[in-house]
Amino acid sequence: MDKIHSHRQVAAIKHSLFDQGYLDEQFIQLEELQDDANPNFVEEIVTLYYRDSSRLISNLDHTLERNPLDFNKLDTLMHQFKGSSSSIGAKRVKAECTLFREYCRARNGEGCRRSFQQMKKEYATLRKKLETYFQLARQAGPLETAYRPK
Amino acid sequence: MNLGNGKGSTSSSPLKTGDAVSDQFPAGLRVLVVDDDPTCLMILERMLRACLYEVTKCKRAEVALSLLRENKNGFDIVLSDVHMPDMDGFKLLEHIGLEMDLPVIMMSADDGKSVVMKGVTHGACDYLIKPVRIEALKNIWQHVIRKRKNGLKDVEQSGSVEEGDRLLKGCDDGDYSSSVNENKTSKKRRDEEEEGDERDDSSTLKKPRVVWSVELHQQFMAAVNQLGIDKAVPKKILELMNVPGLTRENVASHLQKYRLYLRRLSGVSQQQGNLNNSFISSQDATFGATSITGIDLQTLSVAGQLPAQSLAKLQAAGLGRTTAKAGVSMPLSDQQNLFSFENPRLRFAERSLHHLSNSKPINLLHGIPTNMEPKQLINLHQSTQTLGNLNMRVNAPAAQNNPLLMQMAQSQPRAQMRSENADSHVTRFPSSLVQPIVPNDISNGVLGNGITGTSNITTAYNTVSQNSSLLSFPMNQTNEMSVSSFPRRSTPSLTSIPTKGMFHEEGTSDIKGPGGFVPSYDMFNELHHQKSHDWDLTNTGITYDSSQHANPLQGNIDVSPSVLVHQGFPSMQQSVRTRDTTSIGKAMFSTGEGIQGNLQNVGQHLNNPVDNSVRVKAERFPDPSSQINNLFSDQYGHEDLVTAFLKQQEGVGPSDNELDFDGYSLDNIPV
Repeated sequence: MDKIHSHRQVAAIKHSLFDQGYLDEQFIQLEELQDDANPNFVEEIVTLYYRDSSRLISNLDHTLERNPLDFNKLDTLMHQFKGSSSSIGAKRVKAECTLFREYCRARNGEGCRRSFQQMKKEYATLRKKLETYFQLARQAGPLETAYRPK
Repeated sequence: MNLGNGKGSTSSSPLKTGDAVSDQFPAGLRVLVVDDDPTCLMILERMLRACLYEVTKCKRAEVALSLLRENKNGFDIVLSDVHMPDMDGFKLLEHIGLEMDLPVIMMSADDGKSVVMKGVTHGACDYLIKPVRIEALKNIWQHVIRKRKNGLKDVEQSGSVEEGDRLLKGCDDGDYSSSVNENKTSKKRRDEEEEGDERDDSSTLKKPRVVWSVELHQQFMAAVNQLGIDKAVPKKILELMNVPGLTRENVASHLQKYRLYLRRLSGVSQQQGNLNNSFISSQDATFGATSITGIDLQTLSVAGQLPAQSLAKLQAAGLGRTTAKAGVSMPLSDQQNLFSFENPRLRFAERSLHHLSNSKPINLLHGIPTNMEPKQLINLHQSTQTLGNLNMRVNAPAAQNNPLLMQMAQSQPRAQMRSENADSHVTRFPSSLVQPIVPNDISNGVLGNGITGTSNITTAYNTVSQNSSLLSFPMNQTNEMSVSSFPRRSTPSLTSIPTKGMFHEEGTSDIKGPGGFVPSYDMFNELHHQKSHDWDLTNTGITYDSSQHANPLQGNIDVSPSVLVHQGFPSMQQSVRTRDTTSIGKAMFSTGEGIQGNLQNVGQHLNNPVDNSVRVKAERFPDPSSQINNLFSDQYGHEDLVTAFLKQQEGVGPSDNELDFDGYSLDNIPV
């Protein structure tokens, strides 16, 4: 019962993440790649994403501190970051990236900074939610096995 | 699924056996995936494994290239990201297409039409938008089969012309993503017909893949030049090359790629031209003149073998001061087409020119007879186009190429490249290179900063041309110019190299390929950079402070320098992108520099070398490699030149930064 309950809980969390627009179809693609041979694939990918993208974010931070702003560079950096974020299905983060790039094209420094701050918020929120999700999913264990390993 | 003859081999790599596909196919397809983003890379790898492919992943383009080179037949298909820090995805694409003839699929989060179009013109067999779904990956095997099938057709056809024609017509389309297909197809058919007998005795379906090494490509280029682009048919090329084991089919497919490359170059130049027109008019004449011409020249040079020769000529011509500033503007508009390519490469040229012209106003191309007019330039372009896969799209004018180039080669050799400014200069200059290539204006512009159109440009140009020639045929000589495949390859890199003033920054070695300004850089690359730098200046309308560079070129910016430069560029560009440029590049550079320096001060030194190169070119027009050899030889005291260049470059550096060009080595060329 506990197990079933845990699974339901995990499912509910996932469901809400999709409903609230934090995640999109790409996340499902990743989940489909997960199997017995790659049981924690999605979590590994998300972990890798957060680790690698932190570098991009700090680059963006530095570039935003410059004066005058190098919009081309900002746009290039953000393009990379956006590509990365879209590959894990981070929908809201991706939307903020798009907005940021529009501000870059419009050479609107203030807009860039604002949307960057907003993006970072979404990025952090998603991280927390996913961490919770993965933790519960691991605890719930694979649905198929009768016993949980350990 | 069992495709092909159903040989039913059950090897894990069915494609290894050539056309024979095992029952497992497409399982076991050997995929190489290149992407700098680790998250994407990991996802792709997982997806490809889920498709039962054999996956090798790679973070950097250079590593991927060396992997491919080491295992000639180790992969069936390549997936590459477009935006990568160390090498542009398109550049990688071209390298692979020319060297290994593998199908390449591009990927990017960017779904803009221009980027996708770029993929098409560079020969990608598909373009996927990120995030990539596994469904899209499940079908990539079709590109492998298609390519093989086309290759087979070659083999089968060797026996029968008619059949070959039919097959050719049918299968060619799949092989090329550009609109050049039709042309290729018809050409191929013609070739087939001319063949008659086939040299290829292999009747096996599997065609061992020929690796077009640098030497092999040089031989190919030499043969093509000798025959003339229009008359270069696989059979004759094969005979001239006289390489045991090489089949007519191998040559035919390589020739097709080469043509595609040139076509792409001309297409680019066309676009560029349009852009330039507007650009130029807005700029100061000096600027525009130089830049445009320079660009055109570049395009031309990039486009084909001839460029090298032309470059040399132009250089020679441009050594002296060009007084034809006025003339320049005119050609500029024509050139605009050339210039307008979107490739930043042009920028490099400008930039380099800029640098070059820093010093005295030596109008390299100044003296170039303005007779050359754009038409000539065009010819140049054309020749160049055929020569390589220049990204630049030479415009229409390039139709003539060979004839012009030939003319150039013959006419000139005057190497009077002097730095004097005067009319004599103009007359002197006529170096065949200059003339045919571009109206004087252009040449000046190209070499020099394009902005001032003065000696700088020419000087640079000369240097560049020299280098170009060298570079164009890197295979021949140099020390290890690892420019494998077409010399032209460099060209593409030229254009594609982001014009960020790489060379300019020598220290930073922005240059993607070469890691650094000179050392393993191909001179051309460097030159190229410089050139593009200059080009960029004009194109972008940056007010180039001619005073900074003391470009005497102001008025002279002749096209010729650019032409020269361009010519050399094709190879240069490639080299820039690929780190394998070698000392040649360096040597070239130094030569260029030396020349430049001389020009400035003496103008004699260059003349001689240039002369020689020019002369050589004239005489041996069709044999670029020999020219390169000449260039390399120390007749000019390259070392001195190089140092001079390098020095100049440093000086130029600061100003270049403004330009934000790709660091083409040209910048380094001190003027």
